[in-house]
Amino acid sequence: MSLLEVHDLKVSFDTSDGVVKAVRGVSFSVDRGQTLGIVGESGSGKSVSTQTLLGLTGGARIEGRALFEGQDLLTMSEDHLRRIRGKEIAMIFQDPLSSLHPLYKVGRQIVEMIRQHEPEVTKQQARKRAVELLGMVGIPQPDQRVDDYPHQFSGGMRQRAMIAMALSLNPKLIVADEPTTALDATVQAQILDLMLRLQREFDSALIMITHDLGVIADLADNVLVMYGGKPVEQADRRSLYYRPHHPYTKGLLESIPGSSGAKDRLKPIPGQPPSLINPPTGCTFHPRCPYIMDRCVTDEPQLRPVLDADGGTNPNHRSACWLPIEAIGLKPEAEGIRQEAVAVGRTTATNITTQGAEAQ
Amino acid sequence: MSQSGDALVKLEGVYKHFPIKQGIFFKKEVGRVHAVDGVDLEVRRGETLGIVGESGCGKSTLARCITGLHPITKGRILFEGQDIGRSPGKAFRRDVQMIFQDPYGSLNPRRRVGSIIGDPFDIHGTASGAERKRRVQELMELVGLNPEHFNRFPAEFSGGQRQRIGVARALALKPKLIVCDEPVSALDVSIQAQVINLLKDLQDELGLTYIFIAHDLSVVRYVSNRVAVMYLGKIAEGAEGEELYERPRHPYTNALLSAASVADPDAAEKRERIVLIGDVPSPIKPPSGCRFHPRCPKAQETCVGEVPVLIARAGDPADHVTACHFPVEAGEHLAREQAAIEQLSTEPTLPSA
Repeated sequence: MSLLEVHDLKVSFDTSDGVVKAVRGVSFSVDRGQTLGIVGESGSGKSVSTQTLLGLTGGARIEGRALFEGQDLLTMSEDHLRRIRGKEIAMIFQDPLSSLHPLYKVGRQIVEMIRQHEPEVTKQQARKRAVELLGMVGIPQPDQRVDDYPHQFSGGMRQRAMIAMALSLNPKLIVADEPTTALDATVQAQILDLMLRLQREFDSALIMITHDLGVIADLADNVLVMYGGKPVEQADRRSLYYRPHHPYTKGLLESIPGSSGAKDRLKPIPGQPPSLINPPTGCTFHPRCPYIMDRCVTDEPQLRPVLDADGGTNPNHRSACWLPIEAIGLKPEAEGIRQEAVAVGRTTATNITTQGAEAQ
Repeated sequence: MSQSGDALVKLEGVYKHFPIKQGIFFKKEVGRVHAVDGVDLEVRRGETLGIVGESGCGKSTLARCITGLHPITKGRILFEGQDIGRSPGKAFRRDVQMIFQDPYGSLNPRRRVGSIIGDPFDIHGTASGAERKRRVQELMELVGLNPEHFNRFPAEFSGGQRQRIGVARALALKPKLIVCDEPVSALDVSIQAQVINLLKDLQDELGLTYIFIAHDLSVVRYVSNRVAVMYLGKIAEGAEGEELYERPRHPYTNALLSAASVADPDAAEKRERIVLIGDVPSPIKPPSGCRFHPRCPKAQETCVGEVPVLIARAGDPADHVTACHFPVEAGEHLAREQAAIEQLSTEPTLPSA
């Protein structure tokens, strides 16, 4: 059994406009020492699904199971969850300024965190540990900076302080929600380096949520791609980047300006992200998909294993798409398979809908 | 690099300092933010000049100086050979337009899209009434919006569509130069590509000149003919795009390029990341000499005392300029030297948990 196993999680919110189905059935698992990347655009449900695990989505309707060391996080009492949150599962948020209290010294916030979960630790001991932690995450002169307020730290230092706080109790699982999005490139590199090194040292599990496929290219063991509240593809890192199956994953990879410097025209994904109140029928991606077939409009595809590089099916690489499981990768052969499938599976009626989608 | 090579805009020793004042009655100047500190730059007709740098390096301030939104402290900005001075005239304001980063903040939420895009016509008195409406709808069509959505409010559009509204507004007066300040960084990846393609198509169609400011290096590489790297108010390096990305000479450029994330696991594993120590220093009291010296893996005593000039270094093409006393040679491994420095400073130890 894995450290964390999430089964068919569904989260929805009642709003005045209707029910927002933010997460519509996602499953994943992560083990100690592993990194899971969750990728998606805004509104894909990537943050909501992890926040729900920690009880941070108040007022939401939640279904499914989330077993952390065998215990269901979704049904346990608030007291019990509070003891786990912070100690066993730590969270690092995107905006380090709004997640640190502006009126308390950084050190005091770390001390509070330690003593909340381990009341037997004295203030002096906790403070000593806070200094050590700040030093470990690379804050210069930690014995002095421990008495600084958050505004005296730069953006990168604040994020380091957040990481120090998250690590203060040696958590088994760290959830990092866009931890470097607010930071500059050189600082982002520092923080990612640091997180990777610390994860190895502490042997914790890491869930990294991001919209940037570049951030997890050298970090994640497994990647989950979400779209419109559902997982569309799940694979180990290499398979996902080099042999994507789902047209959305493929589209994401192709819409990034190449680092090779090739000036070919970019291939954006046409259209807009879906409404979560009235999600499209069938496959959520069908209004934007260049390979739309008749059944995509009516039948909802489920995750299923696709072909591996050596020709066998790979149970760890799964995609929710009606295209044949051989249609993997960005090579012309795969494109041929896709076109063939589309030629058989699409009638004129669907042809018209896709053209409509591309025009807008 | 550019076809014609004649300069549309020329910056000569441009400075922009913001005074920091203290006191209630007699506001005494206690310091200055050196946002832009002596920049020489040339933008050629029909090209895209990319400006990259981290937050606080002065790239947005520079953009605002060029568009005349900030009066400059010192120096000259020449547009088509004319000094725009401290108060640029209406003709200049017509020829130079800007696209902003935040598609939510840069459109008035209470006004209809048609009147937002049509504003430039009113201000400059170039079209009114039915003619104005026709021109606005033409523009909407040009940027890929449905002209029938003329009467909608910004809130009814998605982020990418809003950015198209911003582009249409910038195009209204047929400008010669458009300054794009982080035009795609607020957008999702799949939408980013749509807007980048749009900007490229418009450039080809209308012969526009762009100054493209972004922190995303791969986007800048994709759109730009020439690229300038800024650090703390100064230009650290400038060159033709591919030249800069393939043969960066300034240690900062090297670090910046190595830090950029790439969506390719093999390439990501192979590259040697130069992890810089610390953060960008304060522009209120910039470091002496070369501003990069406190973070530079190659810094020596000269760098602390002497400001390096921005010139072509030995072996480089004439338009590849670097402001560095000890430019990086081909095949040099900065990453390793940096690691040594990092170990010297504070090799962190694990706390006893």
